[in-house]
Amino acid sequence: MRRILFLILVLFIISFLTFIIFLKLPATDPARLVAGRVSSPEILAEIRQNLGLDKPWYIQYGRFAKGLVPWPGFFLNEQVYFSYGNNVPVKGELYRRLPVTIALTLGAAVLWVIIGLPIGIVSAIRRRTLADRAGMLFALFGVSAPVFWLGYVLLFIFWFKLKWAPSPGLDVGESLGQAMFAGKFILPWLTLSLLFAAFYARMVRGNLIETMSEDYIRTARAKGLSERRVIFKHGLRAALTPVVTMFGMDIGYLLGGAIITETIFDLDGIGKYTIASIRDQDFPVVMAVTIFAALFIVAANLVVDVVYAFLDPRVRYT
Amino acid sequence: MAEPLLEVRDLNVHFPTEDGLVKAVDGVSLTLAQGETLGVVGESGSGKSVTFLTVMGLITKKEARIEGEVIFKGQNLLDLPAEEMRHIRGTGLSMVFQDPMTSLHPFYRVGDQIVEAIRAHQPIPKKEAFKQAVDMLKRVGIPRPEERARQYPHEFSGGMRQRAMIAMALSLNPDLLIADEPTTALDVTVQAQILDLIDRLREEFNASVVIITHDLGVVAEHCNNIQVMYAGKVAEYGDRSDIYHGAHHPYTWGLLQSITRVDQPKTERLRPIKGLPPSLIFVPPGCPFHPRCPYVMQVCRVEVPPLLSADGKHASACHLPLADKERIFQEEVEIRT
Repeated sequence: MRRILFLILVLFIISFLTFIIFLKLPATDPARLVAGRVSSPEILAEIRQNLGLDKPWYIQYGRFAKGLVPWPGFFLNEQVYFSYGNNVPVKGELYRRLPVTIALTLGAAVLWVIIGLPIGIVSAIRRRTLADRAGMLFALFGVSAPVFWLGYVLLFIFWFKLKWAPSPGLDVGESLGQAMFAGKFILPWLTLSLLFAAFYARMVRGNLIETMSEDYIRTARAKGLSERRVIFKHGLRAALTPVVTMFGMDIGYLLGGAIITETIFDLDGIGKYTIASIRDQDFPVVMAVTIFAALFIVAANLVVDVVYAFLDPRVRYT
Repeated sequence: MAEPLLEVRDLNVHFPTEDGLVKAVDGVSLTLAQGETLGVVGESGSGKSVTFLTVMGLITKKEARIEGEVIFKGQNLLDLPAEEMRHIRGTGLSMVFQDPMTSLHPFYRVGDQIVEAIRAHQPIPKKEAFKQAVDMLKRVGIPRPEERARQYPHEFSGGMRQRAMIAMALSLNPDLLIADEPTTALDVTVQAQILDLIDRLREEFNASVVIITHDLGVVAEHCNNIQVMYAGKVAEYGDRSDIYHGAHHPYTWGLLQSITRVDQPKTERLRPIKGLPPSLIFVPPGCPFHPRCPYVMQVCRVEVPPLLSADGKHASACHLPLADKERIFQEEVEIRT
């Protein structure tokens, strides 16, 4: 319970910082954004009054903060959280885009686990062999390849040249399921997962090598267990526990929007929404997506803590 | 004399490293009779642990150059296929390690870890194995064993963990229990309990025991025979009274003089052995102990002393004439120990 209160506090701090940044560094007058082309000083003044922009900063923040209370009617309420650009409520836009981001994140997560874990395990067990070197070369490539470069390279090869992959972006009226079925997520999943797969391969390798030199591994061997059991039951059990933590955090992080991947592959998820809102200086939207992203990370933290306590008996009673 | 349970003949274990060949074990031989307790004594890096890790098959030819023979119940373990060797671990040979805090898997319940050891060699149902595990915990003196078996290692104290380790090691009734510094990480009061426990269980299980230690004081009451090792070689071997009442090797004398005694008046300071154990890559020529030996002679710097027996059993690897050894022991060592 104390943890949850702490997390809520974190959310408010983040929102406050976001607010301060926008208040102190106004690149565009929000009122001008709302007014559009037809604007006279009178109209701008009226808009400012409507939006409460003429009020002191704490009142302004208070309006936004109220929208953070996780309660129906409060959370991202439409009186405050609507786009200055087109007056559309943010909440609906977010919820509409969320499935895209979820599909992208979870698909990539499955992929990077399937790729990263076995590479890490094989590299650790067959240390200094060809398999290890190949695995670590892959990891080095994955860690070094920038996502924006990789995405375009994949698109260039598989869509533009070979024409194996469908064109990026969802067609009008195309549902998420149809898009996935058409293979539109394959390249984005690959792009997004490569970096993580590389990180996971390295982490699993490092953890497993370290674990295998632990005393309890020697004990497991001394009692005559098969090497397979020593590695998979005793070694991996300890080596993967921190990986599970990492996994939860990464998913939480990506649910807040995989900005680059979504932009390259024209997937209208949270990430693209974020980028557009920042470009347009659309403050309520920026605030909402920031809070949304923070919420996922914070929630992932909470889940990870709970899961970790479940996985490691030593932390259970503390 | 009956065939020994374990016989190690001229064992070499050399590790190739980037800095050179580490001669961790260099020509070590030893024998161990059924029901005997052997103490293997030496400083860190004397090769005592490596010798027995090799006997257990926990150091393999993949990591080290291993030569010699390890004959256990008539079989040379070094020639055995991995799968057969695996089966001997636990059922024939088993080992207890120095640090009970890190030797049990932190994520599994203590009872389950013993169950796992049992079921690795015996195809019996889990429930039955668990009963056996609880029974073993009881026999090593853990109170409320039913409940304790369901706890995790971090809920055990150090002494209790070492008891659990011993229970695990003995759960398949092995012929030989190797205890590698079983008490080093424990409180002094607990040390004696653990050694007494090992003694008692050796009789109960009709097993032989090897106690590896750096402290001659620890094994004084518990061993039939004692082997002193230095720099990967055997320095001296003899029965308990040979070592405590008539040691022949200057290194053994040094060890004897380093024992803290509480039963004698504190008249003198301890006399530690000067210097450090040698690097196992550049072992000194001649007798490896000569740079630290107060009785060093010219021959010690050139010629490796062979392990020679004075009476068919008590043997030492030292160039000093026997008469001198006996004289020096009586005049300088015994009065202090």
